[in-house]
Amino acid sequence: MSAAAGGGPRGRARVRARLAPALARLAPWAARLAPARAPLLALLAAFAAGALLIAAVGDDPVAVYGLLLGSALSWPDGIGYTLFYATPLLFTGLAVAVAFRTGLFNVGAEGQLYAGAFAAAWVGIAGAGLPSWLLAPLAGAAAIAAGGAWGALPGVLKARFGAHEVITTIMLNFIAVAIAGYLTAHRYRQPGDPILETRPIGAGAHLARLGSLLPGLPARIPLNLAFPAALAACALVYVLLWRTRWGYELRVTGANPDAAAYGGIAVGRQLVLGMAISGALAGMVGINEVLGYRYRYYDGFSGGYGFTGIAVALLGRNHPAGVALAALLLGALARGGLFVGIFSEHVSRDLVLVLQGLAILFVAARRAGSAATGDRRSRGQRLPRSANP
Amino acid sequence: MSGPPAASAASPPALELRHVAKRFGGVLANDDVSFAAVAGSIHALVGENGAGKTTAMRIAFGLLAPDRGEVAVDGVPRRFAGSREAVRLGIGMVHQHFALVEAMTVTENVVLGAEPGSPWAIDLAAASGRVAALGRELGLPVDPAARVARLSVAERQRAELLKALYREARVLILDEPTAVLAPPEAAALFTVLRRMRDRGRTVVLITHRLSEVLAVADEVTVMRDGRVVAAREVQGLDAAELARLIVGREPPPRAARTRARPGAPVLAVRGLTVAAAAAGARTGGRPRRHGVSFDGRAGEILGVAGVEGNGQTELVEALAGLAGPFGRPTVAGVSGTVSFAPPGLAANGAAPGLVDLAAAGVRRRRQLGIAHVPEDRRRRGLLLALDLAENSILGVHDRPPAAVGPLHGWLDRAAIRRRAAAILARFAVRPAAVGLRAGELSGGNQQKLVVGRELSLPPRLLLLAQPTRGVDLGGSALIHRQILALRDAGCAVLLVSSELEELMALADRLLVLHRGRVAGELDPARATAAAVGLLMTGETAAAGAPG
Repeated sequence: MSAAAGGGPRGRARVRARLAPALARLAPWAARLAPARAPLLALLAAFAAGALLIAAVGDDPVAVYGLLLGSALSWPDGIGYTLFYATPLLFTGLAVAVAFRTGLFNVGAEGQLYAGAFAAAWVGIAGAGLPSWLLAPLAGAAAIAAGGAWGALPGVLKARFGAHEVITTIMLNFIAVAIAGYLTAHRYRQPGDPILETRPIGAGAHLARLGSLLPGLPARIPLNLAFPAALAACALVYVLLWRTRWGYELRVTGANPDAAAYGGIAVGRQLVLGMAISGALAGMVGINEVLGYRYRYYDGFSGGYGFTGIAVALLGRNHPAGVALAALLLGALARGGLFVGIFSEHVSRDLVLVLQGLAILFVAARRAGSAATGDRRSRGQRLPRSANP
Repeated sequence: MSGPPAASAASPPALELRHVAKRFGGVLANDDVSFAAVAGSIHALVGENGAGKTTAMRIAFGLLAPDRGEVAVDGVPRRFAGSREAVRLGIGMVHQHFALVEAMTVTENVVLGAEPGSPWAIDLAAASGRVAALGRELGLPVDPAARVARLSVAERQRAELLKALYREARVLILDEPTAVLAPPEAAALFTVLRRMRDRGRTVVLITHRLSEVLAVADEVTVMRDGRVVAAREVQGLDAAELARLIVGREPPPRAARTRARPGAPVLAVRGLTVAAAAAGARTGGRPRRHGVSFDGRAGEILGVAGVEGNGQTELVEALAGLAGPFGRPTVAGVSGTVSFAPPGLAANGAAPGLVDLAAAGVRRRRQLGIAHVPEDRRRRGLLLALDLAENSILGVHDRPPAAVGPLHGWLDRAAIRRRAAAILARFAVRPAAVGLRAGELSGGNQQKLVVGRELSLPPRLLLLAQPTRGVDLGGSALIHRQILALRDAGCAVLLVSSELEELMALADRLLVLHRGRVAGELDPARATAAAVGLLMTGETAAAGAPG
């Protein structure tokens, strides 16, 4: 019987020996992909639970999911809008991830992106006469600088006074929205405009739509240069965190501030720097919104990109590559959700929020579970295996 | 020779492992381990780091499920779904890392999870009385009303012991209990353990110190590479034989002690005091160093002895530049001067040219060649979630060979990995895989990694706090040899250790600290351990105390 199975134990050993080099070559790759396992499982679990929910309200899960994915991935509108919706989440997901890597929980990406967006609009309005090659970069830089400054503030408060960043960033969210709203209403509104929005920015500050650059992509889709900028930001964050000594100092501070101090790293400075970079990334949402899409500051445009960024960072395990995947996923859900709400019998677009919430819940539950047992491996090995043959 | 001792026919062993196996990933941590602790005895479980001692006892305490084999209590096979059931059967365990709530009192900690009284009102008064009575009965002096945050390490350990005894543990497992204790404290602990044995309890003592086995244990089980290699009575066993069993060959030679050739002073400490705020809440707000003055010379090992908590930690952290919160330069809270001979000046020149370090932060001090092995490697010295390569550059990450290019901004990952691999090889860190996370190493190997990193700075002044804490015989000898080699190359060494043996073996001069003051200075070549012990307890009348 064993002979039929592969030439007896000796034959099997030979096969194993021959396979070993190939396996050894694959092992590093498998190890690299291992961190993706938990979020993927959480996602599958979320979709499974969502299917039950859909069935419970009386719709066909297969049809609804088909509609969801089909409308998100169709060419060109599905993909174009999916990428457009993913763009702000790329920025805020990166923002939250960088803060997490520095050991900080930035709940203030929402306020930072409003600061960035308003600053971009202000430069775009004030410099309306400037040529495009000057004005667009200036407005973009303003978004980055304003977001960074708004982010650095809670960093300073923590480094100097020990104020917890969760509290201060939440409070600064309200302040940022209120200041931008005030300035919009009383300084920069078009006279007579019933909507709370600023005057349009100068044409020189407009970013090109990708539709005008890529053949096959219609120009009506608002996907613009901010999207490749967001992908570039992912790559830059990776290089910064893992290839430079400044990134190393940020990560060491996040991993163990006591050890960072011991290693000669100025921990307070890292807290400020980490928050400033995080805020700058959040502020770049303004590049997409103001320079690439609305061409003006529009009060309350975000509706929670900054908070969804926390979900993106969690799903993406605070790694730029993971953040990119998670942002694309949530972008696709946002796009597909619109169609689910319109074309399905009983399910509303809130299904998307439920799926998002469930995925986060499962990611978090897994973490809490491993923390509670204190041994990541013990879960799988709790049941004693019966004696092997 | 191998196999458990024949269980006495009269009563079954209080705690028994039968053919237990446990695998972690690719590592077989326990391989057919059989172990039996006779009721009413002290049973030592010894072996090198990573021999599988702690894994075996975590299985016995229900924290880990064995892949194969079983646990038996009083001869009855049991299957634990968690440690709660082990506790119910009268098994207690005191871990190497304590599990106490710092903000609570000793009594509150002791009753946590087993609160007396009704479900809606804890009867703390009764609990406090019982804790005090237990303490009196076994000679464990600890104030039941004291907050844990204010307790010394030894007192915390007593609180942990009381926690187990309060739950009526008949079998008490202690994991390396003396690793954090000074010799007199360890002796006191052994007295307690003997008393517990005499009252019918069973003690399992996990340790890697031979002297403890011979001093206190009735029986010993030796583990090596996940297997039990010997189990026998301690009586008639000598240290050399035990060492051979543990290491599996002739024990490594003790580091050969050579004569120091002290050079010029490279470190001058004058009236150093660390104030309460800077020393942190840990010390209860009391100033811990009171005007300490001494010199450190090139090519000399200056030992610092003292019972833990008498200012050694603050001394080392202040010299490393670390006393302030967030690691700011220690401006506030530290008074007195620390001067250091920067590199480039003649080591034996007529004018040593010491510079004041007051304005120098940790980074500057590291650039000057001051290396530091911290006493708490997990809190201070390691990034448990990062890999060994990244851990190996902490403190030298801002200069070549780790950082290259403009502003030394780029990490040269190939060079970092090469350097890390060299450190792992030189200090026998196992497993020697630079991609492993530091948290995945055993405690002894973590320590070797930290020591290896600091000794590779390379230092001109080496601050060592408990350099061999939790390291096995072979590793300790290796570290000691490396320290001596560094000294002979002209490095000044400050060695703080709670192991008197280590101090006597390595130090060329010995300072004894008591309550933040220098209680005396001794020549280790002539002083006896007893004289040092006396100074440590504050008996200033001891011989050989200069001004």
